[in-house]
Amino acid sequence: MNADEIANCLSEEFGDAITGKNVEAMDPWVEIAPEAIADVAQFCRDDEQLLFDYLRNQSAVDYLITDARKAKKLEIEPRLEIVYHLHSYPHGHDLVLKVLLPRWKGDVEGELPECPTVSHVWAIADWHEREIFDLMGVRFTGHPNLRRILCPEDWVGHPLRKDYEFPLEYHGIRCQ
Amino acid sequence: MAWIDQKMEEGVVTTTLEQALNWARESSLWPMTFGLACCAIEMMATGASRFDLDRFGAGAFRATPRQSDLMIVAGTVTFKMASRIRRLYNQMPDPKYVIAMGACTCGGGPYFIHGYHVVKGVDLVVPVDVYVPGCPPRPEALIEGVMRIQDKVRGERIAKGAENELPMPHHSGHPAPSVVQINMNNVRSGA
Ligand code: SF4
Repeated sequence: MNADEIANCLSEEFGDAITGKNVEAMDPWVEIAPEAIADVAQFCRDDEQLLFDYLRNQSAVDYLITDARKAKKLEIEPRLEIVYHLHSYPHGHDLVLKVLLPRWKGDVEGELPECPTVSHVWAIADWHEREIFDLMGVRFTGHPNLRRILCPEDWVGHPLRKDYEFPLEYHGIRCQ
Repeated sequence: MAWIDQKMEEGVVTTTLEQALNWARESSLWPMTFGLACCAIEMMATGASRFDLDRFGAGAFRATPRQSDLMIVAGTVTFKMASRIRRLYNQMPDPKYVIAMGACTCGGGPYFIHGYHVVKGVDLVVPVDVYVPGCPPRPEALIEGVMRIQDKVRGERIAKGAENELPMPHHSGHPAPSVVQINMNNVRSGA
């Protein structure tokens, strides 16, 4: 199936949960409402026509420009995006799913935004989601083992956030 | 020693205890196997046959801190690793020496600005004796570093109250003047 057909197929099945799409892009993407992502993922994997059996990559992007002058020029709305790159071995087609999240839950600084896990659909998402949690600070609800995977367990903050403040000291080691 | 040197039969060598001890120690520095990142590849090359660290008696890489007296920190030190490095250092028997190999261990190197996970220099974690800069340093540079450690060992005094001798900083001579001095007249005239 081509990207357009896939996007239409998802729209038919999920209706309003599909909040946007771009099938002209080099990697055609479909935007999903956060609460529906687990169902959409399950459908994408199991539907006979789609059969996306392989989660190539899952990552997150922090859209925030900390430089006030640049921010005026570019006008990007601050948000977090979770990006899922899917591939189907049986059909050989690809798809990108995107989930838009607020940078902080309820705009309270320090409260991590939440997104349902897909680790029960693709097992590799387990580690990908731990990494996103560790570095970008997204809480994946329903994840079986949401601990830090790269940084030390007692690290404070999420280092790949654009507004991350580096600690002055970590266990007596000067950091800056 | 001079007064006794000629009084023995041929083949007898006299020395001081201190010299003999330091000579033995400097010629059998046992480094700890300690590769953390890309620099470790150069450290392995240094140990292998082409550069042959064994010539300096420092080729016996030990897999345990208990048997080693030289720690070559070769590679990026992350915050997660830092506490382990400190512990390994504490487990080494005295006297012990540390070489910081590479830009990363000297001061953060390529990760200095954006590396959220990198300790900006292993000297924030353990005391360093010799810094070997470079990214990665050539094996010759590491050998140079080992030789500076040997100088340091040679300068140790065992007598009570005696100060350890600080080794003179080495350099391998001045470059030939013709290479450095540009004849400004030639430059101006374009000759
Ligand atoms: S100094 Fe360069 S070669 Fe050595 S560990 Fe760091 S990045 Fe790698």
